[in-house]
This record gives sequence, C-alpha cells and structure tokens, in this order.
Amino acid sequence: MTSDRSWTDKRMELFIGNLLRAGVLLSALIVLFGAVIYLMRHGHSRADYRVFRGEPSELRGVGGILREAVALRSGGIIQLGLLLLIATPVARVAFSIFGFAQERDRLYVVVAATVLSILAYSLIGFAWSV
Amino acid sequence: MTILEFSFVVWAGSLIAGFLGALTGLGGGVVLVPMLSLLLGVDIRYAIGASLVSVIATSSGTAAAYVKEGFSNMRIGMFLEIATTLGALFGATLATRVSSRAIAVVFGLVLMGSAFLSRKPRSKNERESPPDPLATRLRLNGRFPDVDGIRNYNVQRVPLGWTLMFGAGSLSGLLGIGSGAMKVLAMDQAMRIPFKVSTTTSNFMIGVTAAASAGVYLARGYIDPGLSMPVVLGVLAGSLLGTRVLIKADTKWLRRVFSVVIVFLGIEMLYQGLFGRI
Repeated sequence: MTSDRSWTDKRMELFIGNLLRAGVLLSALIVLFGAVIYLMRHGHSRADYRVFRGEPSELRGVGGILREAVALRSGGIIQLGLLLLIATPVARVAFSIFGFAQERDRLYVVVAATVLSILAYSLIGFAWSV
Repeated sequence: MTILEFSFVVWAGSLIAGFLGALTGLGGGVVLVPMLSLLLGVDIRYAIGASLVSVIATSSGTAAAYVKEGFSNMRIGMFLEIATTLGALFGATLATRVSSRAIAVVFGLVLMGSAFLSRKPRSKNERESPPDPLATRLRLNGRFPDVDGIRNYNVQRVPLGWTLMFGAGSLSGLLGIGSGAMKVLAMDQAMRIPFKVSTTTSNFMIGVTAAASAGVYLARGYIDPGLSMPVVLGVLAGSLLGTRVLIKADTKWLRRVFSVVIVFLGIEMLYQGLFGRI
C-alpha cells in the first residue's frame, strides 16, 4: 500500500464521517420537531404497544410519509427524520463508490456498487408501497 | 401510562442503554429490546423496529470520531458488507415469517452468547502472519498506528470470516440489533485482524447492515414513530456521551456488571419466549 493511497483513503473517510454526522444531526432535529408536536397533541392519551397492529399504510411508504409530513402531522414528521437517518449509511456507500473510482480501484467500485444494489433492493420494495 | 410519561421513561431507558452500550462496546440494542418488551410490555416487533433505527443512529453518529483515530479499514468493511447486507435481508424477511416467541428465544440465546464473548480476552494477533493469497487479491491487508509505530497486518481465512458475517447480518435483521459482538468475533478471531481495526471497522458496518433490513421493517409497519422517537433520541445522546467518557474510564468492572445483566435478560427472554406471554 502506498502512502498516497492511504492519504486519499483517510481524506475520503473523514469527509464521509462528517457527512454522516451532519445527516444524523439533521434527522435528530427533524425527529425532535415531530416529537414536540406529537407530545403536545397526543401527550395525554394512553400509550399502548402491547398488541402489534403494524403502522397505517400512509406511514409505510415514502409518498405517504412525505404527504403526512407536509401536512405537519407528527407521525409523518418523525418518520421523515427516521427515513433520513436510514439514508445516511446508504449515502456512505454511494460516496465511497466515487472515492474508489478516484483511486482507480476498479475492484472496489464493483464491491461498493454491489452493496449499494443490495440496499436499493431492500429499500425499493418499501418505496413503491405508496 | 400516558404517552408523555411513556415517552419519557423510554427516552431515559434508551439513554442509559446507549451509554452503557458505547462504554462496553456491546451496543445499545442488546438491552433495549429486552427493556422494551420485558419491562414495558411493548410487542417485540415494535421493539426490534425501534432498536434497528437507533442502531443506525449510533453507527452514523459516532463514525466521524472513529475515522479520526485512523484504525478502520474501508476495504475490509465494504467487502464484508456484501455478506452482512445479504444476511440482513434474509434475517429481516425471516423476522416477518416466524412467531414473536421464536424471535424471543433466539434473542435470549444471542444475549447469553454475547455476554460470553464480552468476557473472553481479546486476542493479541501479535505475530505478523504470512499473507493469504485471497486476501492479497482482494487488497484487504492494511496497516494501522500502534503504540510502537505503524504496524502491518495480513488478513486470514477470508471465506470463514465472510460466512460468519452473513450470520451476523442475519441476526441483525432478525433481532433489530447491530450484532457488533459477532462482527468483531469474525474479524478479530477468524480473520486475525487487529482488535482496534476490528472494532472500528465493525462500527462502520453496523449502520449499513441495519439499513438493509430497515426497508423490510418499514414496509411491514414495524417502525412506529411514537416509539422510535424517544428510543432514537435517547440512544443517540447516550452513545455520544459514552464515546466521550470511554477514553478516560476504566471499563473492566463495568463490562463485568453489564455481562451479568445481559445473561439475566437473556434467561428472562428465553423463559418468556418458551413459556411466557411474549
């Protein structure tokens, strides 16, 4: 391993690390905003998670979550924050494809692209369920 | 309990879980799910959904701190993530097919297993092993700053490590945990990667692995905003606090206490899964 390669590796990792932290911070703020609305509106209702019902369909897909969030409903806002959170590691994989490409490491461009397509496969199933 | 009280209790419990998880290196998920399902009576499917999201928050939130230490190996991480994400998809799909009781039983066994692993002394990997041709072809070998300068390491037994990683990913998807203990086991024990490189690389991989099951969980309605909100905010705050304290604290006795707690939770989880009300 040349010192040149490890230098670019390190720079790339630092950039990605900071990107992840910014993503987490932003999503935590969105969740917090949703939490305030949620607790103000529903704080005095009874909490009940004993029986699994599954989330309503509007909180299971990207389209529904966006609509709920725009309507300033707390469930939609919190779910939007969680979506952003789930997107941070996906962004990390996507960015490392560029990083490996810059290093002309073809093998790892393929490896990272494989991981990204597995993630895409999982998330697309969810995204289409409106 | 009203939602206000419930949210506060869950937030405080998650804060403690995240804090202890970061200090002991076992992650918050292993105590979070038993806490929610055994103590607060939350259905285990909601509990693993909320836990999975918090696992992503911890992994991404602490990533920058780990990168600065300069131990993690991106190529090892990326290569093994093929195994963990495939495993996660398999595990999450399995979670939607099996009963809550079966999940509780597996969870109990995993808790006991990870308590056992945390008591095991970390391997030294002092000798520099000869390079493995497969690891060399995959460019997995690396170097890291040790106490006495830069040290090189050669990765061993790639197929075994890859298989173990598939297992770790499956457990992560099935139980909504990071399964960091098993990831470290695969890298440190099987692949002979130095401990510090294993733990930091594992932290990176945990988030990507969890994201692979998140799609399945979301589509099945396992991720509830009202429950995930206090869990994510609590675990995130706790783990960030934990990584700050980690550098100064002597964690030996804490790990010991924590592993006793985990064994206890494991037995309770197993019992409830076999005979109880889960």
